[in-house]
Amino acid sequence: MSEFWTIDFVPLLAAGLSALACALVGNLLVLTRRAMAADALSHAIVPGVVIAVALAGVAGSVVVLIGGIASAFAASALVAFLVRAGRVEPGTALGVVFTTFFAFGVLVLEWSGLARTGFDVHHVITGYLEGLIWVGAEGGDGGLLATVATLPPVVFELALVLVLVVAILAIFRKELALLAFDPVFARASGLPVGLLEAALLTATALACTAAFKSVGVVLAVAMIVCPAATARLLTQRLSTQVALSAAIALGTVLFGYAAAILAPRAVGSALALNAAGTIGAMAGLLLAGTALIRARA
Amino acid sequence: MNLLAGLGFNTVVVMVGVAALGCAAGAAGTFAMLRRKALVSDAVAHGTLPGIAGAFLLAALLGRAPREAAWLMGGAAIAAILSLAAIEWLARRPRIGHDTATAAVLACGFGLGLALMSVVQTLSVGSQAGLEQLLFGSAAGMLPGEAWLMGGLAVLVLAVIGLVLKELSTVAFDPDFAATIGLPVARLDALVALLCASVVVAALPIAGFVLAVALVVIPPAAARFWSDRAGVVVVLAAAIGSASALAGAALSAILTDTPTGPAIVLVAALFFTVSLFFGRARGLLAGGAA
Repeated sequence: MSEFWTIDFVPLLAAGLSALACALVGNLLVLTRRAMAADALSHAIVPGVVIAVALAGVAGSVVVLIGGIASAFAASALVAFLVRAGRVEPGTALGVVFTTFFAFGVLVLEWSGLARTGFDVHHVITGYLEGLIWVGAEGGDGGLLATVATLPPVVFELALVLVLVVAILAIFRKELALLAFDPVFARASGLPVGLLEAALLTATALACTAAFKSVGVVLAVAMIVCPAATARLLTQRLSTQVALSAAIALGTVLFGYAAAILAPRAVGSALALNAAGTIGAMAGLLLAGTALIRARA
Repeated sequence: MNLLAGLGFNTVVVMVGVAALGCAAGAAGTFAMLRRKALVSDAVAHGTLPGIAGAFLLAALLGRAPREAAWLMGGAAIAAILSLAAIEWLARRPRIGHDTATAAVLACGFGLGLALMSVVQTLSVGSQAGLEQLLFGSAAGMLPGEAWLMGGLAVLVLAVIGLVLKELSTVAFDPDFAATIGLPVARLDALVALLCASVVVAALPIAGFVLAVALVVIPPAAARFWSDRAGVVVVLAAAIGSASALAGAALSAILTDTPTGPAIVLVAALFFTVSLFFGRARGLLAGGAA
């Protein structure tokens, strides 16, 4: 059991917190057909994060989050500008901006020397849940609080981001729902559309940036898209859909992580699969399975 | 000729392969852009990872040399076609839509690929180091055989586009008219998707999973600022793609710590920025003059 607390507990907790934040935002992004925009955004935050870390000299939570949000707003403004002023097709504009931002971020990472100091860009993409080992899990004499304080900092960062995302979505829940279902009416009735878009963008950028260091960009995108889309197949009501998506996200994390650890063991192998990868794949299988069943029903 | 002689045969082969690929990518990408399906190539590029990992594992099981380009590209091609089929299937389910289907296939295909890759990395084959390069690409380590394969595929793609250029242009600029005169719009769309997928698969070794899509997206977007005629846009996109791929590969070879994928993308972005301002048809500064 102590092995579970040391090796498996923190990756599960981190993946669960991140998946919740992503899935909650994902409901609105899927409804407004912006799943690929979320994928683009998750790549476009890279240069902001890298530059912020290079300038500040530390990879602290606040520095990373501010850099990510700044980058997301810059990319989003540029896409809007290309579409409006340059008459570029929206999907193409996304493709141009996110590949350019990402390429620039990778080069800054390589050239600034950050790539050699443990800021591994592979992990940004693939996730490195396996690296989240809880050294203090055995517990000292300091009691529960002291033991909790020994958790890796990324857990607190992810928890903070989840709280922020939930707060943003809760404050604007009625307005955002109206904007998602009936944008024409929302505009006509005088809703502050610009402010709402900015709030949604901030929440998305927060969820993606927090996923960055340990969970990985790929898992973030899978969790933004799949649980919300699966829930949408099962219900028409937004409140039910949000609750369902959260449950699906947590379930996927649990079963995906278990599959990564147990599947190789079942065939007698000692290795473990990339957990972020198996969780993402499982989210997709669940969506495909639900789509198959609902189409027949 | 002296210049070419100084570079050595292998370098010339790689350069020709890269240039041909950029050319084919620009041409195929133009039609994807005009049909508003530019980002499908992004999902296809990510979706090739499980195919490559699977081919690697299969090759290792059969005792073949898994780094052989034909094996990996075969696996990538099969996975790319499956990804395309999955997107189309999922997009047709009620209440999902093309955008969600594309993103779902992208993320989940790549996730499955990562899980398989973690198996590959534990194999003591010793030659899987090349797979690490696939994330950001590298033209420098390319074998002449791979360059020939890439170049050959590029020529094939260009030949197909040349054969049906007129039909593709009609569908791209006026799909309703195309349907009226009896053109198989759905089949031509599928052809464009397949051509883009082939280019993206061929581009993986030099540009990597994340940025291969840029070769298909940025050159056509840049070319679009210069003309409203499909023929002109295709030729320009092919030229810009070719120049970006060549210059990017060269920069990555000259500068240290500069992976090929990002270098190609930034060169292409430069072409895009210049076109955005100075393009004669739709550029920002063209309005008053036209």
